[in-house]
Amino acid sequence: MGVYVLDLAQAYMDTSVIIGQAGDFLDDTLKYKNIEYMTCGPQNNFFPDLSTTSRTDIIFFCSPNNPTGHAASREQLTQLVDFARKNGSIIVYDSAYSVYITDDSPRSIYEIPGSRECAIEISSFSKIAGFTGVRLGWTVVPDELYYANKVPVINDFDRIVCTCFNGASRIVQAGGLACLSPDGFKAVMAVVDYYMENAKILVDTFTSLGLVVYGGVNAPYVWVHFPGSRSWDMFSEILKKTHIITVPGSGFGPGGEGFIRVAAFGRREHILEASARLTSVHLL
Amino acid sequence: MSVLNHNHVTPLSSSSSAIFAKNTFTSVRTQIVSVSSKKAGVCKCVATSPAEQTAYKTKVSRNGNIAKLQAGYLFPEIGRRKAAHMLKYPDAQVISLGIGDTTEPIPEVITSAMAKRALGLSTIEGYTGYGAEQGEKQLRAQLASTFYSNLGIEEDDIFVSDGAKSDISRLQVLFGSNVTMAVQDPSYPAYVDSSVIIGQTGEFQKDIEKFGNIEYMKCTPENDFFPDLSKVSRTDIIFFCSPNNPTGSAASREQLTKLVNFAKDNGSIIIYDSAYAMYVSGDTPKSIFEIPGAKEVAIETASFSKYAGFTGVRLGWTVVPKELKYSDGFPVAKDFNRIVCTGFNGASNIAQAGGLACLSPEGLQAMHEVVGFYKENTKIIVDTFTSLGFTVYGGIHAPYVWVHFPGRSSWDVFSEILEKTHVVTTPGSGFGPAGEGFVRVSAFGHRNNVLEACRRFKELYK
Repeated sequence: MGVYVLDLAQAYMDTSVIIGQAGDFLDDTLKYKNIEYMTCGPQNNFFPDLSTTSRTDIIFFCSPNNPTGHAASREQLTQLVDFARKNGSIIVYDSAYSVYITDDSPRSIYEIPGSRECAIEISSFSKIAGFTGVRLGWTVVPDELYYANKVPVINDFDRIVCTCFNGASRIVQAGGLACLSPDGFKAVMAVVDYYMENAKILVDTFTSLGLVVYGGVNAPYVWVHFPGSRSWDMFSEILKKTHIITVPGSGFGPGGEGFIRVAAFGRREHILEASARLTSVHLL
Repeated sequence: MSVLNHNHVTPLSSSSSAIFAKNTFTSVRTQIVSVSSKKAGVCKCVATSPAEQTAYKTKVSRNGNIAKLQAGYLFPEIGRRKAAHMLKYPDAQVISLGIGDTTEPIPEVITSAMAKRALGLSTIEGYTGYGAEQGEKQLRAQLASTFYSNLGIEEDDIFVSDGAKSDISRLQVLFGSNVTMAVQDPSYPAYVDSSVIIGQTGEFQKDIEKFGNIEYMKCTPENDFFPDLSKVSRTDIIFFCSPNNPTGSAASREQLTKLVNFAKDNGSIIIYDSAYAMYVSGDTPKSIFEIPGAKEVAIETASFSKYAGFTGVRLGWTVVPKELKYSDGFPVAKDFNRIVCTGFNGASNIAQAGGLACLSPEGLQAMHEVVGFYKENTKIIVDTFTSLGFTVYGGIHAPYVWVHFPGRSSWDVFSEILEKTHVVTTPGSGFGPAGEGFVRVSAFGHRNNVLEACRRFKELYK
């Protein structure tokens, strides 16, 4: 049984390795055996070419995407759902950044017809409400999702949740409920907007340096292309010259080589300071 | 909650594992089914809708390990029985001495610390994002000095978590499917169930009510609730809970020394569940690390649940000593750290603030008082059953009373007590085949409820 991973997705991969789905790591390709890596880059509008993708049982798909910032379109997600249904696969759709979407890209996989029978959706309050340390999220497992032998997936997920877990902290759940009140939601979305304004500043900054920039519109991540450079070298260069910490793209998988991820979280003054430093040095 | 069926007939026995038909979450809902507790009874089934029969299904195979489990996890099953009973008797004052859930309010020194941390998150200075997955430094240090000073366990041996239940499964993921494991029989169901899920076991053998490839170490009055290790086969992992849930028995220093030596001789790893350590009276050991040599053979898991009423707050810790190595010399703690960093993101910062307050002098005293209160409850229950002529075990070093009903099915006794006194207990066979003939009465409860329950027991069994 194999797992698809959007090339660029550490936790999905590492947990797959730990649980025993993957084979050995191959030093030449920098990939684990038995994981299907679906390359996502500017060349394919950050959506995998499904016609060249082999069938696997599970497909991890994160949109809006960490680290590329790309939000899959309705057409793309329809293709994905059709692909999953045709292959009898299950999509695990990570929608942790859905509240950052500013255009009309789908916010949930369940906006796509047929998805309830082939998709699980995971999400989190981390980036919605600053709950990265508070710890709260949720997973949707539709009633309509069945294994090949007609057992509902939700039965087994419930068993896992009841046996390997004892629930999220009730204090934290109270916080989650408050996030979803009219006032609460308005307040957290104001912070989301604040981060997206940061993202715009970063997009503009890197663009003004003549670089091609992706993301930053539907997610708080800016994916900067440094063609011909190794991402770890660019990471070091940026760190040395501007004292700014970014994340080298190759850290997310081989498809990330040549890119740097810049996160838009941070105080406005720090973002502005970072922008000022970036425009004042010669990076390339 | 309701007990549901999905178009199949399950023959029932009085064993815990087979008694409940699988509950499902299909579109057929809210049908209460009365479940016979006699052997070879039959569940009434609810028909599935035609839509379900032709519904789209994926081509993904169900995880065969989860399929090995016979029924739901024990405590939600008890909850379902309780809910069904309350529907049947809407006016009954049901008293729950079943699921071991704390009832007394958390001392204010602890909740105010959590409130302060929570409100602090709304300030620039007080806001914190992702914390260290292993836990906040101050809490780790305080855990080391509070519980493990003089035992050679250090701050960085301690991994803070969202509770022992989660840690047990994290440890299973750590060890993987190719290890063998031993459990006490009876034992807290999470050890066996998580072992099944991760793929360490064979199928459930209905005749003996055990999973294949697990070594069940019988713990009964005959062996003073400590296994005869001369009869126990070697396994890689040995789960050992002391003070014990459900029997209430606490292993002595001599017994634990035998266990550590046994593990050492066999090159095994003990996972020592110390969730009830604070309930220990006298100088019975509280930590496995009190035993010489334990650091090289044992992991200890612990929890704030039963000390601070944190069952819903979710905070615990696991100790993996540096000295614990795999057969190739690789430190177990390094891999556990990888699991914690990859499959987890740390316990809630708010809960950790509560944990730190628990370990302040005031907090410790407050926890001791709450533990003392539950121990008084335990004594009341012990005295009640003893006065009725029952043989009673446990109840000294743990908030559990293990009552013997010789010759009777524990599910039958559970049902009888529930039906006739409206008190929820837990059938011993739910914890393993050697639990048959016993019922666990937990001592968590408001004092008036415990007294009332005991009054009802006296009525029933006079």
